[in-house]
Amino acid sequence: MIDTILKPLSPEKLTPRDFKSDQEVKWCPGCGDHGVLISVQKAMAAMDLPKEMFAVISGIGCSSRFPYYMDTYGFHTIHGRAAAIASGVKSANPDLEILQVSGDGDALAIGGNHFIHAIRRNIDMTILLFNNEIYGLTKGQYSPTSKQGMVTKTSPFGTIEQPFHPAELALGAQSKFYARSIDTNIKLTTELILSGSKHRGTSIIEILQNCVIYNDGAHTLITDKETKHDFQLILRHGERMIFGKEKNKGLVLGGNGKLIVVTIGKFGIAEQDILIHDAHNPDPHMAWLLSNMSAPEYPVALGVIRDVAALSYEEKMVQQIKDVQATATIKCMDDLLNSGDTWEVK
Amino acid sequence: MSQKIKIIERDEVVIRFSGDSGDGMQLTGTQFSDTSALFGNDVATFPDYPAEIRAPQGTVGGVSGFQLHFGHMEVNTPGDFADVLVAMNPAALKANLKWVKPSGTIIVNEDSFTERGFEKAGYDSNPLEDEKLADYNLIKARVTSLTKECLKDSGLDQKSILRSKNMFTLGMVYWMFDRPLEHTEEFITNKFKKYPLVVEGNKMVLRAGFNFAKTIEALPYNFSVAPAKIKKGTYRNITGNKATAWGLIAAAEKAGLELFCGSYPITPATEILQELAARKDLGVKTFQAEDEIAGICTSIGASFAGNFAVTTTSGPGLALKTEAAGLAVMTELPLVIVNVQRGGPSTGLPTKTEQSDLMQAIHGRSGECPMPVIAASTPSNCFEYAFRAGKIALEHMTPVILLTDGFIANGAEPWRIPKMSDLSTINVPLAKEGDDYQPYARDKEKLTRKWAVPGTKGLEHRIGGLEKMDVTGTVSYVPENHQVMTDIRSERIRRVANFIPDLPVKGNDEADVLVVGWGGTYGHLTTAVRELQADGKDIALAHFHYIFPLPKNTEEVLKRYKKVIICELNEGQFAEYLRASFQNIKFNQYNKLQGLPFTVMELKERFNQLLEEK
Repeated sequence: MIDTILKPLSPEKLTPRDFKSDQEVKWCPGCGDHGVLISVQKAMAAMDLPKEMFAVISGIGCSSRFPYYMDTYGFHTIHGRAAAIASGVKSANPDLEILQVSGDGDALAIGGNHFIHAIRRNIDMTILLFNNEIYGLTKGQYSPTSKQGMVTKTSPFGTIEQPFHPAELALGAQSKFYARSIDTNIKLTTELILSGSKHRGTSIIEILQNCVIYNDGAHTLITDKETKHDFQLILRHGERMIFGKEKNKGLVLGGNGKLIVVTIGKFGIAEQDILIHDAHNPDPHMAWLLSNMSAPEYPVALGVIRDVAALSYEEKMVQQIKDVQATATIKCMDDLLNSGDTWEVK
Repeated sequence: MSQKIKIIERDEVVIRFSGDSGDGMQLTGTQFSDTSALFGNDVATFPDYPAEIRAPQGTVGGVSGFQLHFGHMEVNTPGDFADVLVAMNPAALKANLKWVKPSGTIIVNEDSFTERGFEKAGYDSNPLEDEKLADYNLIKARVTSLTKECLKDSGLDQKSILRSKNMFTLGMVYWMFDRPLEHTEEFITNKFKKYPLVVEGNKMVLRAGFNFAKTIEALPYNFSVAPAKIKKGTYRNITGNKATAWGLIAAAEKAGLELFCGSYPITPATEILQELAARKDLGVKTFQAEDEIAGICTSIGASFAGNFAVTTTSGPGLALKTEAAGLAVMTELPLVIVNVQRGGPSTGLPTKTEQSDLMQAIHGRSGECPMPVIAASTPSNCFEYAFRAGKIALEHMTPVILLTDGFIANGAEPWRIPKMSDLSTINVPLAKEGDDYQPYARDKEKLTRKWAVPGTKGLEHRIGGLEKMDVTGTVSYVPENHQVMTDIRSERIRRVANFIPDLPVKGNDEADVLVVGWGGTYGHLTTAVRELQADGKDIALAHFHYIFPLPKNTEEVLKRYKKVIICELNEGQFAEYLRASFQNIKFNQYNKLQGLPFTVMELKERFNQLLEEK
């Protein structure tokens, strides 16, 4: 039996303001990051943990300036390595609540290896993956999530690379928690960060984020007031996958194993024909289909796409040490020094 | 059966076991050295094995060797040349004949000397009939067939029977040197306790080899090497890699911190990670990372979170860790980076020794990025220097590079076991709840900042790779501040020199020649100098363990001598470094790049030449 790592509850009620540092926020006006910062501060205040138990770890990129704006323990590290550094922080002190912040370049290009291995190990931390499909801090080069054909400073004739779907990468690494939000939806992002924090293991929260300077409008179909209801589906565990301005669209599974968008009331489709979201299903098949949906053919899935319980890396690590120590004969360094073959010289 | 024959006393003996990499020569050699150490001899060993796990059988490339040197005097090297060579096949003979002393003894497994064996080893004809071997005491033993014969009724399968043939040669050598079999018998019993047939089989073969040597009177006399006169105490055998792992655990215990090691397997450093992974009983946390970069990065994270963090690697891995090492310098977090050097560049010679990462350790990072560099010099003092690396890292809040090398990492020697109470204390500059904490406020003596560990109430702060404002630690692009911070980073590492011992010299203050070395060449240099001193030559040795910063008396020592010669297993990196530090001193060099340690013979030759030069 593995003991759950108990986090001490905060003695005083904290507010989002308690998580604001004294540093001036230097993101561009209109940048999606501002909304995420508010969401994080709200979520942390709602977690009922003492402030000193939070550590915010980031790599390099616009979003990675995040720790400076939080009045928690924070570490702004080097390009791509945040997931590895955060893994070390959590292993060293499993009681800490870790938020790791990365952009699409940081997590999926230079840090791709650490991203997949953190997920594979299931280290208990929440990774906010800011996906704006561009390199912002280096001023506008294509990223591993830029759509094929996109014209950027390093692809003046359009990129010829196919993009990663971050969810596919995470699921391929056996991700147990995958959620998605958009930068402007502070309520949803806050809710997802809280869910991710509760989940024991690596929780990935992909945030579709808008870079106003270098890739403005990358997610317009999903964010625009006119179109968003038809192009976003907010998933909730146990509820039907219904969306649309009129709440009359939904998803069904076709005979070919593909998802199909249907309209309730047309061609004999009734509400009870619409799929019910099961985030806890260990089989990743449906999570794969849902997370890969893209506009305009499909609505983009938001909310908690997958949330499957499993033991975290550090729970197993702590338990293994306990188990070995329970029966060990070597209890201190002097015991070790004198263990095995030794002899006396008189 | 013949009576016990004449016994000849010897001061020291060198034996080299060699065979295919699957022949169990490392185990055979280790058994002989453990038995000799238990007997009371001083021992030094040198495993010499190929990078391939199982290179093509019978080829020279696949030969694995294990040399050991034991004596009743102080033994500092595995010996230049062997008194006895065990060659399990023609390839082993071909690869090692040049390492046998004239008129030395060669034991060959005659069964492997077939046409096919010659061909694989690249011999045109049977080398045993070559008159070149006439100068040696050649013992031909049908090791394979005698082992098979011995075990024909044992119930063991053919594969297991063939595997035990190394025990036959071990038994033979035990007889030749008048060694008891008990230690190895006990070892076999423990190692194969789940397989009683294997235990019995191996013991039978061991005794059969012993009796065979006795029956054929393998030597006209057998050697005896009396126990060495060594300091009182409890001893054990230890390899450099194990001693390094233990030194790190000892430092964590002294500091009262948990030990975390993030690392990626790489030859010849892997055993440190393996040993630490086995030490869950002492609460050691090991993290086998996805790559070298994650190895150091998880350790930096663990250090941020308050563990004593270490990462272990070899040269190519150190190159990959470079950027993160810079982050540890910028954030002034304690960290020990162990580099077990091997032949380079690139993949180079993974299983061979070299000292060519010195410049990489001192300078190989972006920006002005100083960190202390220290080097262990023998298998057993890897413990002491790993401990000291930890002490410097924790007390000065800095990453430290500990250099060892493949030679001392894999080599073993008897070690007088220290008591934890005899080791110095480690005082960690932790910030406490209620402190008026400024992340980059400094202690006046060492210029260290305080370590505020996440989880400590009221000390929330941010650090990172961007330049820091002096005292507050906030991000700063102020030009003058960068100058201030660069100067502080440099000065605080220079001040480590105030906390390390002076450079000791073995020999006269006015000797004709001063030999200078650092790291793993200590055994060979000290033996060469001692032997020349015994011959009446006026020569002294200064061996460095603290590379950066240098001991404070370094210049005073070096300029005392008219002739200074710097010996290292690279093209002269330490010499270049000393030249840059002390421009008025003339340095001679002796360098070697063969993936092998120096030999005492070649060193003496070079030193004699220098002694004679006007």
